[in-house]
Amino acid sequence: MNHSQPFVRTQMLEAKEPPLAEKGVVKWMRENLFSSWLNAFLTIVSILLIYWVLDHLLPWMLGGIWNADSLSQCREIRDSLYPDGRDVACWAVLSDRWHQLLFGFYPPELYWRPILTLVMFGAAISPILFNGVPRKLFILTAIAPFAAFWLLWGGSVWMPVVVALGFVIGWAVMKFASMPLGSLVATILTILLPVAYWLFLAGPLAGALDAAVPVGIEAVQTDDFGGFMLALVIGVSGIVLSLPLGIVLALGRQSDLFIINKCSVAFIEIIRGVPLIVWLFTASLLLNYFLPPGVQFDIMLRVIIMVTLFSSAYIAEVVRGGLAALPRGQYEGADSLGLNYWQSMQLIILPQALKISIPGIVSTFIGLFKDTTLVVFIGLLDPIGLSNSIRASTDWNGIYWELFIFIGLCFWIFCFSMSRYSQWLERKLHTGHR
Amino acid sequence: MTDAQSIAENRQIDRSHMKVSDEVAIDISGMNKWYGTFHVLKDIDLTVYRGERIVICGPSGSGKSTLIRCINALEEHQQGKIVVDGTELSNDLKNIDKIRSEVGMCFQHFNLFPHLTILENCTLAPIWVRKTPKREAEETAMHFLHKVKIPEQADKYPGQLSGGQQQRVAIARSLCMRPRIMLFDEPTSALDPEMIKEVLDTMIELAEEGMTMLCVTHEMGFARQVANRVIFMDAGQIVEQNEPEPFFTNPQSERTKLFLSQILGH
Repeated sequence: MNHSQPFVRTQMLEAKEPPLAEKGVVKWMRENLFSSWLNAFLTIVSILLIYWVLDHLLPWMLGGIWNADSLSQCREIRDSLYPDGRDVACWAVLSDRWHQLLFGFYPPELYWRPILTLVMFGAAISPILFNGVPRKLFILTAIAPFAAFWLLWGGSVWMPVVVALGFVIGWAVMKFASMPLGSLVATILTILLPVAYWLFLAGPLAGALDAAVPVGIEAVQTDDFGGFMLALVIGVSGIVLSLPLGIVLALGRQSDLFIINKCSVAFIEIIRGVPLIVWLFTASLLLNYFLPPGVQFDIMLRVIIMVTLFSSAYIAEVVRGGLAALPRGQYEGADSLGLNYWQSMQLIILPQALKISIPGIVSTFIGLFKDTTLVVFIGLLDPIGLSNSIRASTDWNGIYWELFIFIGLCFWIFCFSMSRYSQWLERKLHTGHR
Repeated sequence: MTDAQSIAENRQIDRSHMKVSDEVAIDISGMNKWYGTFHVLKDIDLTVYRGERIVICGPSGSGKSTLIRCINALEEHQQGKIVVDGTELSNDLKNIDKIRSEVGMCFQHFNLFPHLTILENCTLAPIWVRKTPKREAEETAMHFLHKVKIPEQADKYPGQLSGGQQQRVAIARSLCMRPRIMLFDEPTSALDPEMIKEVLDTMIELAEEGMTMLCVTHEMGFARQVANRVIFMDAGQIVEQNEPEPFFTNPQSERTKLFLSQILGH
């Protein structure tokens, strides 16, 4: 038999509808839920399991009691409502103490300050997060950190203004000194001058300005901070500060300059190799031994510094992964066009490396945000710490689940939004394969 | 001989602007380079005059890519002197950046920036290195995209283009810096035969305008048609160089004969 029978197609075939069983819900269920006996068995077991969990959980949650002054009152109401002896949640603790879980012991008449700070933060970060936002908001982004500090802690307006002035000095030096002095001297001056200014001039200057023109709002002590406000202040500051620091460390670790390279490696490995809780204890206890006597360094500031350093070491490694994933050709392409090191990093390498690193960076941020609960061990009243202090009152002694569910839910909302944002950003930045 | 070569040969080449002047564009003398202890380039002496079109060929690992990558300091040489356009390549970063902005380069894998559109790829260096105003840079970019015949792709991303189109964008991107010298590092080696032609056509047009070009390539049809000099390298040294006609018809060294018989033999 001749296998190479000549064949010529004279008419092309039309596309046809698939058979009925291959469409719609039926097809989907057959493929995803009941594709085999094992799959069908697992589907049914899972459905039963989910039903069992919800059957226990939903009546407890939905039947919960919202109006009561104490746990014992809650139980009385429950017993009168449900004589069958079934257990329900006592959400009354939330309606009674929600403001403490959110704001700690911040003076209630000043709640508008943290709320305004949050709104301002949202507006300040929007031009960074989204493209369509007016660019003018970047001015707010520059002012926001100082305004936020002033709003939260209060006191004289001059301290944050004077501190901000240090950055202006640094910027001015960088802008005007690089021409006459050369880039190396200018860079050193850009760092040294503001630091010297902060150390020696800023304090007296703020004092003098305050004496001359006293402008200020009521001061609030760090001890009064607590709840999610505290978690957000530490978390957001840590996130905002650790990203740039982490990028610099990652570049340092990739650098050909021996000293910079080894310093970055040492920093990353030491910080990452020690548990965060140890660093927090260092911040709360040891740091005072190293500071000159009389210098008071706010505990919150110390914690923020430690959290920032800790997560920047992780960020550095995540970003280094992104840098390593870029083909060498990208570096060469940038070099061959005559871009200098900082230009090629800023325009070519980092945008791509950071895009690759988005999932890792966001994981690190989520981890950092949840780790803020560790500050409870050094006596700061984060949400977990507040749940302890709420339980310490005789009214709510013995209540656990309701508080933890609420705290967990709040954390989950923040972390889940970060996760969704990162997925959206990845999709937006996807410009096709290389 | 492949299809692409014969297609390139079908084209009438306008030689009216292909003039070699006495002005030196690149002067390499006594240049040596090592990778660790491996001696990649041995005593390279090469003078390129303005308007020359030089094709460098040789077996893989012969150091031909390394040689042209030394010219814009993508690779560092350890001994000898390289003078490009009157500027000596030294460790001074300013000199290196200056030379790189005067010397265009095209790579085997194009090395376009995938996160930027075609237009942005072309305007990036003029805007940031030459400080050209954005509008002007965009006009220049569109001019060169017209020249490589893909102006309609300006707003796409590199990932959406075919290999041949990407390489032409890469050429346009280099041209936007108005370079006086162009280096090509195996520009067609990663392309399908159909796309090789469009890239070679672009390179031929460039040669017709009198651009000084150094091409590492295996396209012998292109070498025969366009080059004024062919250099054969082996084991890190220049083994033979000559005008294309005598180079292909009457090679002197045994090594060259062997190489030519292998690549032209089928």
